[in-house]
Amino acid sequence: MAVCVAVIAKENYPLYIRSVPTESELKFHYMVHTSLDVVDEKISAMGKALVDQRELYLGLLYPTEDYKVYGYVTNSKVKFVMVVDSSNTALRDNEIRSMFRKLHNSYTDVMCNPFYNPGDRIQSRAFDSMVTTMMIQVC
Amino acid sequence: MMSKSDGDICFGNPTELHGTKAQIPNVATEKNTFTRLDDEDKQQEAQSPTMSPLASPPSSPPHYQRVPLIHGYSKLRSSTEQMHPAPYEARQPLVQSEGPSSGGPGAKAPRHQASLIRSFSVEREAQDSNSNYPDEPWRITEEQREYYVNQFRSLQPDPSSFISGSVAKNFFTKSKLSIPELSYIWELSDADCDGALTLPEFCAAFHLIVARKNGYPLPESLPPTLQPDYLQAAFPKPKWECALFDSYSESMPASQQARDSNRMEKATIKDAAADFPAPTQATTGDDSQALKSTADEALPKDMSKDPAIPKDSSSLKARPRSRSYSSTSIEEAMKRGEDPPTPPPRPQKTHSRASSLDLNKVFQPSVPATKSGLLPPPPALPPRPCASQSEQALDAESHPQLSRAPSQAAESSPTKKDTHAQPPLKPIRRKFRTENQATENQEPSATVGGPSSAATAKAHPTVQKQSSKQKKAIQTAIRKNKEANAVLARLNSELQQQLKEVHQERIALENQLEQLRPVTVL
Repeated sequence: MAVCVAVIAKENYPLYIRSVPTESELKFHYMVHTSLDVVDEKISAMGKALVDQRELYLGLLYPTEDYKVYGYVTNSKVKFVMVVDSSNTALRDNEIRSMFRKLHNSYTDVMCNPFYNPGDRIQSRAFDSMVTTMMIQVC
Repeated sequence: MMSKSDGDICFGNPTELHGTKAQIPNVATEKNTFTRLDDEDKQQEAQSPTMSPLASPPSSPPHYQRVPLIHGYSKLRSSTEQMHPAPYEARQPLVQSEGPSSGGPGAKAPRHQASLIRSFSVEREAQDSNSNYPDEPWRITEEQREYYVNQFRSLQPDPSSFISGSVAKNFFTKSKLSIPELSYIWELSDADCDGALTLPEFCAAFHLIVARKNGYPLPESLPPTLQPDYLQAAFPKPKWECALFDSYSESMPASQQARDSNRMEKATIKDAAADFPAPTQATTGDDSQALKSTADEALPKDMSKDPAIPKDSSSLKARPRSRSYSSTSIEEAMKRGEDPPTPPPRPQKTHSRASSLDLNKVFQPSVPATKSGLLPPPPALPPRPCASQSEQALDAESHPQLSRAPSQAAESSPTKKDTHAQPPLKPIRRKFRTENQATENQEPSATVGGPSSAATAKAHPTVQKQSSKQKKAIQTAIRKNKEANAVLARLNSELQQQLKEVHQERIALENQLEQLRPVTVL
């Protein structure tokens, strides 16, 4: 189950970050933050030529004892980071990919809203509800 | 009770109605009250003007009666305090079958009989009961629909195309709602999330905005009555296109009402917004032709945006995300169109640098001067006998000193007459002469010589008076022309200097280029 979902802007500040409410929310924030380095590493390693769906999905960024962190980057260098509970039955890669795809779709829907200025915090209720379902469903 | 409009509606029993009246939201009451509440409507607050005119498809005649009612409603509607539901004609049978929420199948029979008194009380009850039916505030009434469609047309003439996000954003921002709220409303109404609003989406968004402004909290999700497919089914096309649909018997009265309500709305709504839907939008859409014909009737004013329309529709169809700039031009054109007629054309700005000199300032002072003699006379072209008086009035306006002229003219009439023998005796001709004299003193004499010879006696006294006025006009014109000449000469010299400088710069740059080039290229 996704315990934390974060959308990071190109400039590496969070546009949206939401965790399952626990006492250690700050830990998730920290994890997301540290994962950004890994994301950047992967992006630079990728090179400039490859920009297809496969490359958007970065895969497992790094595992910890309890959690796994997955990353996904869009063409506009907006990063999605998802922290998943390891104790849960290991989610297959495809499931993670589909979750990211959903995230990406919702994100584009948010962008389509003319009242949304890129770089603002995402306050779309549709996006919220989608993330909620992801957090609940994946468990 | 049943007496009157029995024939009007085929439905049910008044008794049923009575029983279910309380439960019925305005839906039924509106209908019922229609024919009766001609006057009382105005008294009541925002009558839920069920603009759905027809009680039932077959009985179209009664709805004609309702047309005048709707006129009254439109005014109320424009400032709706309440979102009274308006059962859609198309839905009536369905609603009837559904029953419960609408208070029973028979209820639909808008028993006009819903006796007047009852209708009043029921209205209020219905208003109270609105909260019980969360759907009701979210129903779009006919008039609201008309208004929304008009607004849509003002932004995008082709009703089958869409409004881009930027255009819609600017438009909705005028509603003074907060950005997060607008963002949320957009989220609700843009069902396909494509960043553009089709007509039903636009109506839904507008309706939500109106509701919000009236204090209704925004729903968690788009109410079913505002779903685009629902709206499209209920209102397949704008009202004035309904004439095309034979399947809807309401089309006839609806179109009439549309025209009527259109006119009404024009009275209430800004004309500029309502008139912008250029009838000449036949560029896109299947119904464009019919729309054009009906729209021509409905919209007497023709703000022809022909060049803009094909561009806009095509660019908008391209894709909303590509930011159709032409659509913004509609807005600008709209704003421009709302302005008074464009000022007289300005002289061309031949030099970009010279713009700092502001040629407009240079030329405009001279223009009014030359035209000072021109402007007053032309309006006074009416028949000659009156011309003298009107001319005197006009001339007096432009040349205050000329008011004294008549007295002077009388004294020096003989002399004036000699000197100004040429001034045409015809007042009209004389006007032209003053114009010419203002600009060139030579031509008028030649051209006017002919007409002056044919002058009649009655023009003599006026001519003498006018001649002195002419003189002064000529003098002022000459003065102003001289000033203009001086300014122009100065401008000319400055421009020449700039030209020289530019040449020098160019030469310098060319030299540099040659030096930097490793190899001279042929």
